Amino acid sequence: MTAVTLTVNAQQQSADVEDRTLLVHFLRDTLRLTGTHIGCDTSQCGACVVLLNGRAVKSCTVFAVQASGADVTTIEGVAKRGELHPVQEAFRDHHGLQCGFCTPGMIMTAIDMIRRKPKLDRNTIRQELEGNLCRCTGYHNIVSAIEAAAKEMARAAP
Amino acid sequence: MIPYPFTYHRAQSVKEAETLLARWPDAKLLAGGHSLIPAMKLRLSNPSELIDISGVPELSYIREREGGIAIGAMTTHSEVMDSDLVRRHIPALASLVSEIGDPAVRHMGTIGGSVANNDPAADYPAAILGLDATIATNRRSIPADNFFTGMFSTALEEGEIVTEISLPAPKRSGYAKFANPASRYAMVGVFVSETRTGIRVAVTGAGSCVFRMPEMETALAKSFAPEAVASIPISADRLNSDIHGSAEYRAHLVSVMAKRAVAAAIENRA
Repeated sequence: MTAVTLTVNAQQQSADVEDRTLLVHFLRDTLRLTGTHIGCDTSQCGACVVLLNGRAVKSCTVFAVQASGADVTTIEGVAKRGELHPVQEAFRDHHGLQCGFCTPGMIMTAIDMIRRKPKLDRNTIRQELEGNLCRCTGYHNIVSAIEAAAKEMARAAP
Repeated sequence: MIPYPFTYHRAQSVKEAETLLARWPDAKLLAGGHSLIPAMKLRLSNPSELIDISGVPELSYIREREGGIAIGAMTTHSEVMDSDLVRRHIPALASLVSEIGDPAVRHMGTIGGSVANNDPAADYPAAILGLDATIATNRRSIPADNFFTGMFSTALEEGEIVTEISLPAPKRSGYAKFANPASRYAMVGVFVSETRTGIRVAVTGAGSCVFRMPEMETALAKSFAPEAVASIPISADRLNSDIHGSAEYRAHLVSVMAKRAVAAAIENRA
């Protein structure tokens, strides 16, 4: 067992974990933050994407001990003061989810994508979604939601 | 999926990693972990100790050196693809890296991890061999021609740690890859370059390990054009044959990707 301390959604968290504990299990089982999903568990599907020190990573392919000392943001941490994040809002407005299983990972990937590339066209969005699978195949509206969110975020903070 | 138990150690320097490796000779080095951790989860890999070198500050950099580029072993794929230096000196490398995995994978995966792992379908080995790069370790420098020795095997010895990859800037270079539609690993990837010392053609994905194509290199030295490689026969002997494609199919892809890589190199120069 190793003591890990990390910041999750702006709150410091400490726990003793087995070294082999994956970050996604630490988030879901230890911290009970179950918004981060486990889909394929093989680094393909992106349902488990969180931000690690601000960058999108697949939390099924990172050990919790690796994240010790780091800053982690999960889907539970993106809404502020009871207001949805612009990306969440856009997913609602554009019906960017059907069953919703891939949605937390899609939203975290979208937040990372917009940070890196504030000006996004639909083609770039599709390329950037390479590592996120939607088994409902609802990509069209997901792309529309991300496109709208990027525009809204650029408008709000030029 | 849960790996077998192991003990995790985080090294802050190459020196510390060496000390830890000396203490646990069977330990595995952990870089970005995007090949090792999936293998551990499938219980195909079962190290008793992991030494994490991904955060070693002295291993993360991209520098201009003697007209080429030196990249620290723990530099991530996203750092390489976004680097102005890389884009300016070796645009084909930036483009190759942008096709590895997906954005989240590129945030973790490292150049040193990729070359040390030497996956037969990985992209980086094609560029490293195709650009006549040199792999530096904590002990010595190894030319790419002597580094990749076979499937998942390299010239690295026990206790040796990859520290830097130095890539001479070519006059021009190009990469073309036929990605597996599901995994995006290279079914076949061909890297072509015209360097100060001559033409190099390196092929990944097709065989058990990245290899050069001397016949294509000779033909391109006479005429650097896609047509020069089009008629060179590719033997299917010793090429990979699996559920994704037969050896004959891969042999055909080597021709097609080589033509596209040459065309890309001609375009990149402009």
